[in-house]
Amino acid sequence: MSQRIETKDLNIYYGSFRAVADVTMSIEPRSVTALIGPSGCGKSTFLRTLNRMHEVIPGGRVEGTVAIDGVDLYGPDVDPVAVRRQVGMVFQRPNPFPTMSIAENVLAGVRLNNRRISKSDAADLVERSLRGANLWKEVKDRLDRPGSGLSGGQQQRLCIARAIAVEPQVLLMDEPCSALDPISTLAIEDLIADLKSRYTIIIVTHNMQQAARVSDRTGFFNLEEAGEPGRLVEIDDTSTIFSAPREQATEDYISGRFG
Amino acid sequence: MTTSVSAPAALASAKRRTGRGLDRGFRYLAVGSGVLIVAVLASVAVFLLIRAWPALRAGESISSEVGWIPAGSSVLSVIGPLVFGTVLAAIVALVIAVPVAVGIALFISHYAPRRIANALGYMVDLLAAIPSVVYGLWGVMVLAPMLHPIFQWMVKWLGWIPLFAGDSAGNASNPPRVLMTAALVLAVMILPIITAVCREVFLTTPPLHEEAALALGATRWEMIRMAVLPYGRSGIISAAMLGLGRALGETMAVLMVLSPGLAYSFKLLVASQQQTIAANIAAKFNDATEMGVSALIATGLALFVITMAVNMVARGIVARRKDFSGAN
Ligand SMILES: Nc1ncnc2c1ncn2[C@@H]1O[C@H](COP(=O)(O)OP(=O)(O)O)[C@@H](O)[C@H]1O
Ligand SMILES: [Mg+2]
Repeated sequence: MSQRIETKDLNIYYGSFRAVADVTMSIEPRSVTALIGPSGCGKSTFLRTLNRMHEVIPGGRVEGTVAIDGVDLYGPDVDPVAVRRQVGMVFQRPNPFPTMSIAENVLAGVRLNNRRISKSDAADLVERSLRGANLWKEVKDRLDRPGSGLSGGQQQRLCIARAIAVEPQVLLMDEPCSALDPISTLAIEDLIADLKSRYTIIIVTHNMQQAARVSDRTGFFNLEEAGEPGRLVEIDDTSTIFSAPREQATEDYISGRFG
Repeated sequence: MTTSVSAPAALASAKRRTGRGLDRGFRYLAVGSGVLIVAVLASVAVFLLIRAWPALRAGESISSEVGWIPAGSSVLSVIGPLVFGTVLAAIVALVIAVPVAVGIALFISHYAPRRIANALGYMVDLLAAIPSVVYGLWGVMVLAPMLHPIFQWMVKWLGWIPLFAGDSAGNASNPPRVLMTAALVLAVMILPIITAVCREVFLTTPPLHEEAALALGATRWEMIRMAVLPYGRSGIISAAMLGLGRALGETMAVLMVLSPGLAYSFKLLVASQQQTIAANIAAKFNDATEMGVSALIATGLALFVITMAVNMVARGIVARRKDFSGAN
């Protein structure tokens, strides 16, 4: 179900500004990959090219290839909408639809993919997805209440439930815990560990302990100076990156000697 | 030692006191403005009621004094059809204008390239600058002749729907000085305000929600249905109510376009069926006797009540789903 992701010589632009340069990386199925690096180095930008969300921004474009299981996402007859149904995304700020109830939020993506779904199937799917996101117990009595009434951590788990309800192959997370308190953060980290058995997960994080805790592999992005494009400095097993990185820049960043 | 403790404490309490004074000032201002608005509304209502009273009390005898009231009718029995005509014209106008306005607003906010969007937005705003007399002239001289063949077609094929029924000979009236023409002119007149409000509302959809929909694999239209329209729902309703308010009170264009009647008639394509309150007041005010003025003011009171009711219903609709509005 989950598949390998490969990018090759990926250059990412905002209009004429090259934000990210020459990223070549390979991501194994059913693994957690953490992307770390100083802010502005292009982690979010890179992540958004993996589900073609980058091109939603006016002027956003990409050179190079991103392939999932050998299929180039940017091939001429690939529909970005189809790509986004395969590659789910969780954003930095929790963004459940405020006009929908908790249950409707979970079903939002499914209703797009497959409009007809019986009431009992829908109820099953809501329960399964919310259980998958470790949220079921907390919300099972108020499924028809607005999702915006939940706490930040619960909202973020609701967004994860919404993303996994469509059973994507890949789950992208852009600093999913940066707006959350430590307890909620822990809940999400536990969840990531559970989800790993089914999905390929790529998570951007500012928090190096978090990267060390949740990921199998870690990629370090860096920015030589402002105005220059960000680059992937190295990517390796998380234990290697945090104990014996190949590059001095990685070592400096991890030990806090950065900048 | 003691001074270093008490000095900041004194400062803090002094600050709190001035803060409280301001607080109280704002509260009086807010309460005062609220009372003022209620007082103005009440005084308008009382004025209308006092001036309308003679006509209301006169009963059926008024029909001998006031020419436009049919023999044997009281003011109350002509207010009915006038209210009916006013509301019908405004609602038909709204039914035509709202989808068009929402469509234009969505095109401007989410589809058109920026240059085209700006030009189109500017053009729609210009529509608001045209005086209503000009709309009336345009309705009579340009729109009506163009509409007649269309109305004739509608009577022929859709005549089984009561709204589109023809006259006794099975025809649409010619010239089409009918409610549908008036409603179309009204629709064009209220289009700018509805479009402008909707456009602003759609532009303020948080990108966060739009991206949430797109990232789930929504097409642009699905994204609009999932994120933009639900988020803008109360804004669309407010916009429609603003338009409805204008349509209810619009005078000149209806006066010039519509051939009046005093029937409870749903026939949109037949002349001399309905009349609106505002157009009736404008048409009859100049040569009205004292009793005639009183009768017109009674109809004005009815318009006042309708407009208030429309606003209250709108508020109710907006409030009902407040939990889901995205404001929390
Ligand atoms: N919408 C945008 N338009 C133009 N430039 C952008 C936009 N978003 C990000 N950038 C630029 O792209 C670079 C990478 O940003 P980003 O991917 O957000 O970094 P990170 O997520 O690593 O903090 C930065 O120089 C940033 O200014
Ligand atoms: Mg970022």
